[in-house]
Amino acid sequence: MTATRFHTPATLDEALGLLDEHGDDARLFAGGTAMVTLMKQSLLAADHLVSLQRVPGLEGVRLEADGLHIGALTRHRDVETSDLVRVYAPLLAHVYSRVATVRIRNAATVGGGLAHADPAQDPPAALIALDARVRIASRRSVRELPVEELFVDYYETALAPGEAITELIVPRQPADAGAVYLKFLPRTEDDYATVAVAALARIVDGRAHGVRVALIAAGPTPVRATVVERALEGAPITAEAVRRAAEAVVDAVDPLDDFRGSAGYKRDMAVVFTRRALERALGLSPA
Amino acid sequence: MHLTVNGNPHDIDVPAGRTLVDLLRDDLGLTGTKEACSVGVCGACTVLVDGRMVASCIMLAAQVDGAEIVTIEGVADGELLHPLQRAFVEAGGLQCGICTPGQIVAAKALLDANPAPTEDEIADWMMGNLCRCTGYYQIREAILEAARVSGRAR
Repeated sequence: MTATRFHTPATLDEALGLLDEHGDDARLFAGGTAMVTLMKQSLLAADHLVSLQRVPGLEGVRLEADGLHIGALTRHRDVETSDLVRVYAPLLAHVYSRVATVRIRNAATVGGGLAHADPAQDPPAALIALDARVRIASRRSVRELPVEELFVDYYETALAPGEAITELIVPRQPADAGAVYLKFLPRTEDDYATVAVAALARIVDGRAHGVRVALIAAGPTPVRATVVERALEGAPITAEAVRRAAEAVVDAVDPLDDFRGSAGYKRDMAVVFTRRALERALGLSPA
Repeated sequence: MHLTVNGNPHDIDVPAGRTLVDLLRDDLGLTGTKEACSVGVCGACTVLVDGRMVASCIMLAAQVDGAEIVTIEGVADGELLHPLQRAFVEAGGLQCGICTPGQIVAAKALLDANPAPTEDEIADWMMGNLCRCTGYYQIREAILEAARVSGRAR
């Protein structure tokens, strides 16, 4: 481990100032679960760790007119167990509960996880399906970005130098929507997914509406399967329509070969799990 | 930095990259906590930070400035074993012992939060506390037994 300074600024402005001052030598530090692991394996080095642990106001969940606001330092476990999240975005509470183990969820933060941009992480699937946004601050500006636009490549985000994720904004999950997260785990329950799919849809007069499909572990970034959504939007709900829409997911995914499966296998499994997730979300098979 | 470990206050300077498990074992001499996988997967290094279980191998010491830590050394009451420790012995919930401190601290966190867990709740909570000896059934039985004993004591 190479870190030489562990800074604990008392304000966000001070933290952002340290990022500006030290540039590439500094890393923002939150729960540490990903960063300490990477540093121990010499995959990441930073002379200056800028911890947000003393910065107030970055933790917790509150409900506003545009949805849930979840502070970037909120722990995964606190999202999973939040009454507000369970009521207004139950899919999100469930997906955070599927990350690794309680021990990890007690430390890992929502902002840290998103900035880490591991394409096999669970939360982006639900966040993309729910049209969530991230709020991003630097000393020069504050901006918002849809979560699906945050990820630009393998472990790479749209964050510019000096920027920090400060908050997640998650619109309320439609109360009448079917919402499903299916995680394909051929090895162990606490593993990263081989592929996983979040699906959300409402049924209006026998037709599918507000269809949202997002996958993780199916390419270099989490991905929204717009092709599948379009194929099903407004369509009468039949097993055949769902099967055809799910097959279109091959055009949205770009899996990588690894020890959890070949790219071809993961592509096939993306189709299977997209179909199953949609069947459940649309009431064609038991949830 | 300042921290409390098993009720004892400590003021100590540590290098920026020192992990919590190294602080406990090397700086404070509390070698009950084990480091096995080193990447937060196996659960051997489980300790409680302000009551919440964490993997001390992937947490920096600097993160727990001001916190209260409980390690396996803080579970028993002097010479009197904690009900979980007695139950692990009686149910055969350990064999080689490497994973046992992590198992017991994780189980303590569970019973602190949920004094009467179901078998499913135990399995879900203890996921990621790997054991290569017992096959897990005896660990689950020990936790159920400790919950029963503690329930009777209340």
